[in-house]
This record gives sequence, C-alpha cells and structure tokens, in this order.
Amino acid sequence: MLIPIAAIAALASLFGLLLGYSAIRFRVEGDPIADQIDALLPQSQCGQCGYPGCRPYAEAVAAGEAEINGCAPGGEATMLALADLLGREPVEVDAQAAPPAMVAIVDEQACIGCTKCLQACPVDAIVGAAKQLHGIIASECTGCGLCIDPCPVDCIHLEPVPETTATWKWPYPVPRPTRQPVNQSANPSGQWQPQAAVPDVGPPDDAHRPAA
Amino acid sequence: MPAKPIEIRTSPHLKRAMSVDRIMRSVVIALLPICAFSIYQFGLSALLLILTTTAVAMATEWLFARLSGQGNTLTDWSVVITGILLALTLPPGFPLWMAAVAAFVGVALGKALFGGLGFNVMNAALVGRAFVQAAFPVAITTWTPAFAPGRFTEVIPSTLTMPFMQPVPVADWIAGLQLDAWSGATPLALQKFQQIEPPVTEVFTGMIAGSAGETSALLILLCGLWLAFKRVLDWRIPVAVMAGAALTALPFWLLDSSANPSPGFVLFTGGLMLGAWFMASDLVGSPVTVSGMVIYGVFIGALTVIIRLFGGLVEGVMYAILLANAAAPLISSWTQPKVYGAVKQSRKVK
Amino acid sequence: MNFIPFHAGSRQRKLWQFHGGLHLPDEKTLSNTEPAAPLPLPSQLVIPLQQHIGTPARACVAVGDRVRTGQVIGEPQGPVSAPVHASTSGVVTAIEPRAVPHPSGLQAPCVIIDADGLDQWAELPPPIPAFKQTAADDLRQRIRQSGIVGMGGASFPADVKLAPGGEHPVETLIINGAECEPYITCDDRLMREHAADIIDGVHIMLHILDARRCLVGIEDNKPEAIAAMRQAVSAAGLERLIEVVCIPTLYPSGGEKQLIRILTGKEVPSHDIPARIGLLVQNVGTAMAVADAVLRGRPLIERLVTVSGRGVAHPRNFRVRIGTPAAALVAASGGYRPDQARLVIGGPMMGYAVESDAIPVTKSLNCVLALTSAESPDPGPAQPCIRCGRCAEVCPARLLPQQLYWHARAKDLDKVQDYNLFDCIECGCCALVCPSHIPLVQYYRYAKTESWAREREKQAAEHARQRHAAREARLQRLERERQARLRQKKAAAPAKATAAGAKAGARTGAKTGAVAGTKTASQHADRQAAIEAARKRAAERRQAKAATADPAASPPPTANAGQETNAGETR
Repeated sequence: MLIPIAAIAALASLFGLLLGYSAIRFRVEGDPIADQIDALLPQSQCGQCGYPGCRPYAEAVAAGEAEINGCAPGGEATMLALADLLGREPVEVDAQAAPPAMVAIVDEQACIGCTKCLQACPVDAIVGAAKQLHGIIASECTGCGLCIDPCPVDCIHLEPVPETTATWKWPYPVPRPTRQPVNQSANPSGQWQPQAAVPDVGPPDDAHRPAA
Repeated sequence: MPAKPIEIRTSPHLKRAMSVDRIMRSVVIALLPICAFSIYQFGLSALLLILTTTAVAMATEWLFARLSGQGNTLTDWSVVITGILLALTLPPGFPLWMAAVAAFVGVALGKALFGGLGFNVMNAALVGRAFVQAAFPVAITTWTPAFAPGRFTEVIPSTLTMPFMQPVPVADWIAGLQLDAWSGATPLALQKFQQIEPPVTEVFTGMIAGSAGETSALLILLCGLWLAFKRVLDWRIPVAVMAGAALTALPFWLLDSSANPSPGFVLFTGGLMLGAWFMASDLVGSPVTVSGMVIYGVFIGALTVIIRLFGGLVEGVMYAILLANAAAPLISSWTQPKVYGAVKQSRKVK
Repeated sequence: MNFIPFHAGSRQRKLWQFHGGLHLPDEKTLSNTEPAAPLPLPSQLVIPLQQHIGTPARACVAVGDRVRTGQVIGEPQGPVSAPVHASTSGVVTAIEPRAVPHPSGLQAPCVIIDADGLDQWAELPPPIPAFKQTAADDLRQRIRQSGIVGMGGASFPADVKLAPGGEHPVETLIINGAECEPYITCDDRLMREHAADIIDGVHIMLHILDARRCLVGIEDNKPEAIAAMRQAVSAAGLERLIEVVCIPTLYPSGGEKQLIRILTGKEVPSHDIPARIGLLVQNVGTAMAVADAVLRGRPLIERLVTVSGRGVAHPRNFRVRIGTPAAALVAASGGYRPDQARLVIGGPMMGYAVESDAIPVTKSLNCVLALTSAESPDPGPAQPCIRCGRCAEVCPARLLPQQLYWHARAKDLDKVQDYNLFDCIECGCCALVCPSHIPLVQYYRYAKTESWAREREKQAAEHARQRHAAREARLQRLERERQARLRQKKAAAPAKATAAGAKAGARTGAKTGAVAGTKTASQHADRQAAIEAARKRAAERRQAKAATADPAASPPPTANAGQETNAGETR
C-alpha cells in the first residue's frame, strides 16, 4: 500500500521539478504579446477603449486588465482576432460590425484657428497654425474623433469616407430564405432595401427597365 | 450626391443546367425499377417495407426541418432516396416497426442533426441500417425465400410484428413453403458457412434470397449505368468499388477456390452492387477530387471483401461505406489537385 | 487529361487542353451577321477619367473649355496610368461624378462634353509609318500618349504591359481573338473587317518587344475571322512571324492563362505574369488601337461594342465613340423588347448586371447585353451544397471551388487563400454547373475584395501607428526641451519663471507673422464677442445633441460670425 503512494509521490515531484526546470531553462523570449496585440489593432488611437491610444490598450489586454472587446473601430473582427491570438473565448461586441471608416471635416467658416485640435490629433493629420484655418489631411486621418471635443466652436465633424469604385467591396451573398417559390422576386417593390443585396435576382419586369 | 446602391446580381447570367431536386428525382426514378423487382420477388412485405421507411423518413425530415426553421426541405427529394434505399437494404420480412425506427434514426441522427442535406458526413440510410443492425441483430439477419407462393396476397409473418415485440419466428413459415434446401439462406451466408456457392448467373439476375432490393445485380447495374449516363452520379466511384472488391477477392480465390468466393460471386452478391451504385456514390459523403473518388471506391470494395472473408459478419458493404464516408474529407484533403500554374518546388538545374 | 495534344486545321500545330471548361451555346449568330455600324455622334459624351487599372487620370480641361476630337482631357498620373481623350469636339460642360460601368453602380469622376456635331480633330501627333526604324521606347511613348489599354476587359495600360522588363524577354506574343464568351462578337467583327490593321498592330508590338513570333488564337466558331486574319498575314508577308491558330471552342479559352495553355502547353506561375515564361498576351482590339496610334497618330477614342441578347430588337455591333451612353446603343439596336429582364455589361458569364443604361461606353466595355428572363432566369434561392464536385470538374484553374465556397462563406479569409482564391479567374463555370445554384462567383469576389480591403486597412493602421509613434517621440522631445529651458530659466532668474513660457514652448505650430500691432481695441472686442457667441452656440448644440441623442450633424454657424472669426486675429 505504501509503495504505490510513494511511487506516485516520487513521480509527481519528479515531473514537477522537470516542469519547473523547463520553465526556466526553455523560456521563450518571443515577440512580446503586447506587440502582437498592437499589430491587430486598427491604430486609430481613438481612445474609445478607455486607454490613451492603441498601444496602451494592447498593453492592458496583454496584462489581462482589459477585455478584448474594447476596440470600437475594430469591431467584431478585431475582437475575434484577439481571441484567436490570446486563446480566449470570444466576447460580445457592442456594435455588431465595425463602424464605417470616418474622416474628420473642418467647417472652414467656423474654424477660429485655436490649434486645440492639432494637439488632440494622435496622428498629426491636422495642419494649421494659430489663428489660421486648420485643414485635415484626409489620407492621414484615422477618423478617431479626438479632435471634435477640444474644438471650442464645434467646427469639426466626422463623415463616412466616401466609397469609390476602387474601394468598393462585393457584398457577402445574403442567403435568401431557402425554398421559396422560384418566381417570387425577393424585391417586389423595386426599392432598394439594405438587406436585399441578394445575388442573382432578376428585377421585376417593369420596375427596373432602363429608359430606352 | 450619394450614388443609389444597387441590387447586386452576380454572373453568370445564364440558365443553370442542373438543380438539386432534378438530380435527386433522377435517383428516385432509377430506384423505382429496383423497387418493382423487389416487390415482384418478395411481394406485399417488400411493398409495405418500402412505403414504411419512405414515409417515416419523410415525416422525420419534415419534423426536423420545421424544428430548425429550414422550411420545407422535402421538395429536394433527397429524403425519398434515403427512405427507399433503406428499405432496399433490409430483409424483406423485417418487422415494419423496426424499419420505422431505422428510418427515423437514419434521418434524425444521420442527417438532421448534422444540419440537413449537404452537411451529413455519412449516408443517412446506412446510419439507420447500422443502428437496427446493432439493435435487432436477429431480425436483420432473418431472410425469407424469394418467390414464395402467395406473396402478393399475404405478408411474411414477421412483417406485421407489433411495436416493441419480438418478431414471430419465420422458420415454420418457411418450412411450410417447401422450397429448395438453400432458397431461404442468402448466397453469402451459404458460401460463408456452408461453402456452397450458388451459380453466378442466378445471383447476377437476382433469383435468390437477400435483402429487399439488393438481389438483382443486373437490374442495379442497369439503373446505375443510366444515372451515370445522365451524369447524375460519377461512374468512377462504383467502378472503383467493383474493381477494389474484385481485385481483393481474386488472390484469395486463386489460393483456395473451394473456401473463398470467386470475384464474380463477390461482385454480384449481397449489397455490393446496390452499395456501389447508390450509396457509395452518394454525392454528399464521397470525396470531391477525382483521384480521391477512386481511392475511396477501392477502399470500400477492398474493405467489403475483407469483412466478408475475415469478419464475423456475412456482409460488409454497410460498414465499409460508413467508414469510407468518415474518411472522405481526409481523402479529399490528401488528393488536392495541383492548381493551374502552381509554383513547383524549386528543382535544381544542374 | 492534361497533356492530350491534338491537331487542328491544316497547320498541324500541336495544341493543349486546359482543365475543365464548358461547352456553352455561343449565341454568336445573333449579332455577328452584319458589319459593325458606325453610331451617329451622340449629343453628349460622358468620359470617365479612369478607364484603366492604375491611378485615375487628372482632368486637364476646365468647364467651359472647347475641346477637339482626340485632344487630351485627362492626363495620366504616375507610371501605371493612361490619358483620356475627347472623343469628339465640343464644350466641356461639367467635370463631376457620374455613373460609370461598374458592378457597384457607383459614380466616378467624368468629363462631360456637349458635342458640337462638327467632330473637328485636334492636331494629332505625326504618324510613324517607319516604325521598324523607330526605337521601342518612342513607340511605347506613343502608345501611352494614345491612351491605349488592354481592350479585352482587364484594361491594363498597354505601354506598361509592353515593357515587361529586361530579365524576362518576351519570346512569343499571343494575340487573343478567342472571344469565348457567348453573345459577344465585337472581336469577331473587328477581325473580319480590320484584319490588316490588327496585323499591323501585331507587327508593331512584335517590333517593340523584339519577340520572335506571334500566335493569334481564334476559336473555331469564327471561321470567317480566321480566314480574314490568315489572308491579312499572307498579304503582309508575315507568315514566318505570325501564325493564326484555330483553337477548339471551349469556354473559357479566351482567358489569358487558358489561351497560353492551349497554344503553348505552358502554365503561367501562380501569382505571376506571363512575361515570366516569355509570353505576352494582347487582345485583337488592342492590336488595332496600337496600329491606329502608331500609323495614324489617332488616340483611342472609339471601339467596337456588341449589343446583343434577345432583349433588344436588332442585335448587332457598333463602332462607338468612348463616352457614348449605353442607352444610345440600345436605341440604335431598335430598343428593348418587352420581355427584356436584365441588362448586363460584358458577357453573360463574367459580366455584371447594371440597373440603368445611363452609363458611358469605356475603353474596355465590349458588350451590352439585354437578356430576357428566358435567357437569364432567376436561379432561385441557393440550396445547400451537396458536394457533388461538378464545380471542381469544370474549373479551368484546377481549384476546388467547393472548398473556396465553404471558407468564403465562413468569412475565413486566410483559409480561402490557402485554397488559392487569387488564382480564380471568376469565369463562372462553377456557378453555372452548381446544381444548388449557389452564387459561387459572388462568394469569391466578396472574399477577394474583402481581402484587399483588409490589406489596405492593415497598411493604413501601420501608417497611423508610425505617425502616432513619431508624434509621441516629438512630444517627449519637446517636453524634455521645455524642462531644460525651465531649469535654465530657474537658474538664471528664478523669479521670472512663468507658465507663459511653458505654454509657448508647448505650442508646435510655427508662428504666423503676428500683426497684433495693427489691431484696434474695438476689433479685438468684436472678435472676442464673435468667439464667445460661437462657443455659446457650440455649447447649446452639444446640449441639444445630448438631449435628443440625435446623431445628425449640427447646422453650420452663420457665415457672418465665421467670417468675422477668420478675418482677424485672436488671442
């Protein structure tokens, strides 16, 4: 009776020592996890996660202080990428899909040239000087919205980045309710509906005929 | 000015040649002659058996489609195939309530739980049959003679067993028919246990005992060829199954032709023909690559013969197909085709 | 299946097969019986500034300018770009976004020209009849100036394609006259009517590339075109250089990679260009445009367009100026029939449906298809995939369309690339044979465009990260400098250390010639009042916004206050 117990105990301590030794001996100084997390974040530096920028949030997630669903611009895709990286369970994201890309616009009539937004911009996408009209470099703007609140005259607002033929994406085919009668059009009104972007639906015979 | 979003309609803009329900309907049509022969051979019992499994399979499908909110999935006809095929693999005198259990289990466990058509890993009919094989081992190996007199006016006694009751032993009934010595046993059983090999011509045409629909290899071959000709099924799979079976049986037969069956006998007995043409070729459970189909078919054929020769069971087609179904995704991933222009591994030019 | 050679025609040229493909009803006779008719000049032309792959051209005319036919109205930007020319003479009435032929239906910048009907030509560059004595670079320059892009559909700038770089010399030029899509016959008509010009263009391109030979691949359902092209080759005495090859009709033999396979037996390496294996493919229309540009100095301002389908009264081909609305083409074809159900740009296999025919003809638009619901029925809702494998059988790229579908459906963009999504040529064979009527091609297009968008986002994020890091570093440096100054000041005059200095130091902007001295006290008061008012309004708006939680943008402040705000100086 004693021998098995002793044997098991011996084995347990042996493996314990082995594990402990390996942990020290074979420690991997890999890419720090915060860097990997940072690489997955959209870098809009918007601070909507409650941290002053993407890097601090990445560090907080790496340290286990922040949830992985804190990134609003990244939306569900970023959350899933983080869950994948960290081996965590996916958690609910407030906004279902990532919000559309935004760009800040300065109302030229209202800007008083206070430079407050220049200081707020995390990526230096606003050019201007004191008492001069400020302009936003659209290609650099991440649409984080951090410049909106500091503006004393409320002359900055966000607009969705306009979609062009170069940035347009084919929509995901929306599965139609299967096995409906074939001749029934999914869009009988001829009006475009957001969810009606379905493949291979012929238009109703008259509604869509182009004017000859 | 924002552009008006349009309804996206994707190419191609031409008429589609095929549809799922047309494929499935063709298979049902191809199964009808086999059903007819089965009824001609085994009478009223076979008819009741086919009707029972088909009806129960359809009802189960309808129920599960309703529960999962898929709408009416009966219109794709696939479940009709499952029902008919199941009946054809059962002994003609199989108690109807057990057949109903098989149909329910096959569709529910083998298909609906995976998500319905296209998502099932294994052939639903064979899942149902495997279940009753394990649950009712005696009933499923109780064969009754073909061409029993009065088969169109009376049923085999075991057919109408009350639910949850043991079937009536049919030995007395068979004895009362006063037929040849081996008419009641299937050729496979005769060969395996008594080393009596019935003539190949008789097993080929199906003038023998056996499961309701597997007896006439000739008829199954003709119906299968018609489907292959209509390009509903891929001829490679059944041909590979038959080749695999014949080639595996050949060396054993050459070694000892008295103890081991001939390749021809192997091909035309039991469920091999039905399995090869109608179950192994099931689109959903087979690999998607051409070379994968051949490997899969040969695997089924060889495994069937190995089970028949060395296993405790008389017949091995069912388990061979179920196993191959399970292996199909693996086979598919082994046999990925080389993509156009795939960059070859850099070969050193000397 | 792959290496079965067979012999076609009397030439005994060995041909190869590509995997899969489909025999489709070609429907060519609907539109190829009559010669291409010149379309009367429309009253207004809408000329998109981007009709090519690459950077859009920039308009170099202004609203109100008078332009002449062939005058450059959009200048190329960057190396991969192409100029845009006025297709007729007239007045530029607008430069604005208009609907362009694109599956999205989105608008893109266009130059709108009201035609004056005179069609006065601008001064064209001189013809180069002695092209053989002209340097290849000069000819490429001429091709670039003429705005020539690949006319087979890809619309890649031809001059860039004709300069494949030194390390991979082009040995064989392949001219694509396969025109494998059903219904489309514009290349067929072009070859029948302008074979000599095409051969001239081929000759010029052979000279530019210094290539040894040219193979012209034409499907055997176009015997007249083959005959015309062969005759043109012998007339030009170029039999030793150019061979017209009759290839079996099998969709998609006109795909660049498929045609290469058929004619040479070679396969273009994945993710690479044909030049890698010493080949270059150009469309017959491009060859014709090259001849026009070099031998006649004419820029690319017109092309042949097929109007077909049973949804128009009289299908046929037209010679059309770029920028002509598709509606004018349809009208010239007798208008729509009552059972017309779908308008498609391009072929029925790869084209895209459009909502309206108020879109202009572009350099790469080859066909306007008005299909009836009998020709193009609604395939109905997609049914579950039954894994029949037909898609893999017909895939000319030897892909596994089914695996691509599963992963694209799961939005697994990494996995879908593991299955070589980007080798898919979107030919539509898989979707056509799919018994479950799954819109496979749309899944692939979705996955492709989504992957590209993710890549763009990643690059943008990386860019933003760098800018953010640079800013952080700068702010830290400024802070250090401020601290250093503070210490100095403290050391020099401890009493004088004020926050004002710190504030000035923290400011990053350059000083803008302060003119505070010129400002009067009353102006100053006005300015302060205006700013106060603006602040108040802003605060009110914020409150209102918070109260109603209305995301709508606030109304802009009055012009008066804004102008005052900007007019002078503030503190």
